[in-house]
Amino acid sequence: MNERIKKLRAQSRNAIPYLSLERALLITEFYKTGVSQKFSKPVGRAKTFEYLMQNKRICINEGELIVGERGPEPKATPTYPEVCCHNLQDLEILNNREKISFKVSDETRQEMSDIIIPFWRDKSIRDKIFNQVDQEWIDAYEAGIFTEFMEQRAPGHTVAGNNIWKKGFLDFKQEIKKSIEELDFYNDTDTFHKREQLIAMDIAADAIITFAERHANKAKRLAEVESDPIRKKELEKIAEICSYVPAHAPRTFWEALQHYWFIHLGIITEFNTWDSFNPGRLDQHLYPFYIEDIAKGILTKEKTLELLQAFWVKFNNQPAPPKVGITAEESNTYTDFCNINIGGLKEDGSDGVNEMSYMLLDIIEEMRILQPSSNVQISKKTPDKFLKRALHIIKTGFGQPSVFNTDAIIQELTRQGKDLIDARNGGASGCVEVGAFGKEAYILTGYFNLVKILEVTLHNGIDPLTNKQIGLKTGDPTTFKTFEDLFEAYKKQINHFINIKIKGNQIIERLWAQVPAVFMSIIIEDCIKKGKDYNDGGAKYNTSYIQIVGTGSITDCLASLKYNIFDNKLLTMEQMLKALENNFNGFSEIQHRLLYETPKYGNDNDYADDLTQQVFEIAYNAVNNRPNTKGGVHRINLLPTTVHVYFGKVTGATPDGRKAFTPVSEGISPVQGMDINGPTAVVKSAGKIDHLRTGGTLLNQKFTPQLLTDEKGINKIAHLIRAYFKMDGHHIQFNVVSADTLRAAQRNPEQYRNLIVRVAGYSDYFINLGADLQDEIIRRTEHATI
Amino acid sequence: MEETGVIFDIKKFAIHDGPGIRTTVFLKGCPLYCWWCHNPESQSFKLQKIQSKESDLKTSSNFKKEIGRIVSVNDVISEILKDRIFYEESGGGATFSGGEPLSQPNFLRLLLKECKKEGIHTALDTCGYGPMEELKEIVKYVDLFLYDLKFYDSMNHEKYTGVSNKTIFKNLEMLVDLKKEIFIRIPIIPTINDMDDEIINLAEYILGLKHIQKIDLLPYHKIGKDKYFRLRMLNKMENIPEPTKDQMEKIRTKFESFGFNISIGG
Repeated sequence: MNERIKKLRAQSRNAIPYLSLERALLITEFYKTGVSQKFSKPVGRAKTFEYLMQNKRICINEGELIVGERGPEPKATPTYPEVCCHNLQDLEILNNREKISFKVSDETRQEMSDIIIPFWRDKSIRDKIFNQVDQEWIDAYEAGIFTEFMEQRAPGHTVAGNNIWKKGFLDFKQEIKKSIEELDFYNDTDTFHKREQLIAMDIAADAIITFAERHANKAKRLAEVESDPIRKKELEKIAEICSYVPAHAPRTFWEALQHYWFIHLGIITEFNTWDSFNPGRLDQHLYPFYIEDIAKGILTKEKTLELLQAFWVKFNNQPAPPKVGITAEESNTYTDFCNINIGGLKEDGSDGVNEMSYMLLDIIEEMRILQPSSNVQISKKTPDKFLKRALHIIKTGFGQPSVFNTDAIIQELTRQGKDLIDARNGGASGCVEVGAFGKEAYILTGYFNLVKILEVTLHNGIDPLTNKQIGLKTGDPTTFKTFEDLFEAYKKQINHFINIKIKGNQIIERLWAQVPAVFMSIIIEDCIKKGKDYNDGGAKYNTSYIQIVGTGSITDCLASLKYNIFDNKLLTMEQMLKALENNFNGFSEIQHRLLYETPKYGNDNDYADDLTQQVFEIAYNAVNNRPNTKGGVHRINLLPTTVHVYFGKVTGATPDGRKAFTPVSEGISPVQGMDINGPTAVVKSAGKIDHLRTGGTLLNQKFTPQLLTDEKGINKIAHLIRAYFKMDGHHIQFNVVSADTLRAAQRNPEQYRNLIVRVAGYSDYFINLGADLQDEIIRRTEHATI
Repeated sequence: MEETGVIFDIKKFAIHDGPGIRTTVFLKGCPLYCWWCHNPESQSFKLQKIQSKESDLKTSSNFKKEIGRIVSVNDVISEILKDRIFYEESGGGATFSGGEPLSQPNFLRLLLKECKKEGIHTALDTCGYGPMEELKEIVKYVDLFLYDLKFYDSMNHEKYTGVSNKTIFKNLEMLVDLKKEIFIRIPIIPTINDMDDEIINLAEYILGLKHIQKIDLLPYHKIGKDKYFRLRMLNKMENIPEPTKDQMEKIRTKFESFGFNISIGG
């Protein structure tokens, strides 16, 4: 890392995230003019986007090679009042909360209260959503049965494909023009909407070109006054690049990075899309530019690394937009889930690992910053050398990269009906979600709390925390004669709540369809071809996901009920319920039995693992193939982000011996500390789930550094991963730290500002996690082999 | 198979007991009583109670854990087979350790035989102390011997382990004659067997076998210390320190000067 990058990296890491009203004020100002309301919805949105691109402050930081910020400066984080209009109390929470805070200045408070709130109050999409959904949806939502992703952030959940690296926005404008020309007003009754959408995309394409030109002008002006001749030349070069891309397709490596970065900024400025955005298969995309520039002699390896490092810093400058309420609980992090894929297969099915793949790993190792996130894609064709190189970075304990099974991902995508080539060009984004990059809207709609639903089942449809009847009356559990009776009741409750969730999704999806994402629609295929917005089913593939949470906990709960009550009659249902009601206070013998003498998931024990499979089938059948409103269907995936902590907080004591309000298990990992037979047993249990019928699963494993000190340890972990992937395991990630280190970090956070740990599908600074999540990570089993 | 034996643990993802990812089965009972034994619960052939660690207690107090269980050959084999995919991926297999597995010869032979029938690589971690006839019976089912040598000096061997090392040497020589694959494992215990002459004598002896390339040096560690207390057994090692890294490196260099391939810690 040279001095320049050191400075940029330090600037990025030291910048304090704060709330910037620049975007909110511009949007409000523009809406107040009434211009956007004069047009159709898509054109109105396009005009708004154009206004932002024409008027937001241009930021070129000292020494930068890749330019452009979402806010007026690094970590100045915008709000999106048309999606979610924060109130003054939200601002106080954002400013004062201990973790993931955003500083709010007095001026910001004033402007919020004088300008933003009066204009947007009750008009945001968030308000509309809560007004439109049913009471039963609200009840379930408030009880913590499920969460709702779209209530304060826009659907995004997508990744750049191949097209953007080969096309400029002038090319896209040509395609738009052609699409408009082909509209058939005589035979197609939907042409008006299509035309408006296409006109809107055309405006948005011009807007991003304008935005880049403004950077070119600023760079030119800076060059004129620059006294350092070297920097002067750089600024001139930046000006030249910004006046070429993204209008045209990039010709060089440097142009390619800047081209992408403008697109990224366009998307995250247009909306606060989930998972920000992502260059996807970056090594595949960049390699041709790299090879060509090197051959021409216009680029050195050293310069390549410097440009990549400068590019990396840009991601770190953009914290996830401020989240409040349950959304903050379920996804409590500055990380915006931009997850770069490295390795995998080429579209012809051959091994995709190239020189750039290794260079990106070098970058990850050297930069050690929170964003972007990264993963390696491992297929059976991927050389061990690449996997081991990745493990050498993983072992440094920084939580990146995570490890994905490319062969499984391709099968998951093709099972869903995707073209094989689209599947090979796809990968994983966000935490672990599969997608056909550049061609799919794969929207996560909310987490689904399997454990809470069992609690409701054990109370005949009542939530014991509120005494509200939120579920079906499936019977008093003490009257159940067999485990099958209980299981049947549980199944009915799951179906009931999935139905509520899906009904809500249909409403919310339509609300969002009225708020077009015109810029994003330009680059995601087939929005131009169809003349349809990304938010309205314009993408080639449209999938809605419900994320099932608590696999480990629900298995252990059901195994406990089956084992202790029905199969072995060690307890009666009355005793169990009594112990739960008292949170095991005065029932420590029972709790001990439930915790330590009952079969548990994660130990390759079929007694427990059979139940994992059965619950999987229920959830899968309840969701899979249910239509959404965009011509696609619903699917499941199994991942938690940080919601397992929230879902635990809303759930009382459970039959697995878990105390009330403590976290439930995350992803498909075993309950924290309950896997006592080592990692092969964990991987075996997890391997019994049919990953290929999901859109992603998340398995966390924690290793102490000792295990990975020598090449022998690295080899064995590589074998462990390969074996898991042979079983079609989707993903595995490693926290490589000692529990002692974590405890020390908890005691003296100031000394551990650098400590990054793997939380769920992403890494975070340990000190930024809530104490309960910190405790939970410490408890996750350490697999030290002594 | 209904034949039973006594084991005290089955460890998955064992990565220091031979090549690849392995499952190690610990048979209970040992004819030796090594002072430094870090598995004192493995010595007795009987089932025992051990006081739980404080961290294991969690909710109930005075909880005692049973050490050892009687299991059938089938029980053990089905547990081993669960991890077949890992053995095949990594070139691993099953390791039989103890205690001293040769002390349950019938049970051991059946386990090994079943493993070979299933195509699983087998390793035997042994101190080499047992009747040669019984060792001969199982030789064909063992792919790799992890053979412990503690002393060249017979008097010291008897003093610190309770038995002479004559049988151990003879058995080893028999395996060498049969050209079996053997890794020698030597625990390094400061002030007890780390003296120069002891090391040199042992190295010369191994060199004389003309068959052994690989030696693992196992640094003594105090990990078993609290078990002595919890088992109410006498720990004679209170004052013996763990070897330092430097000490281990010096001993490694000595062995390497004889041309051996040395690894530390298995």
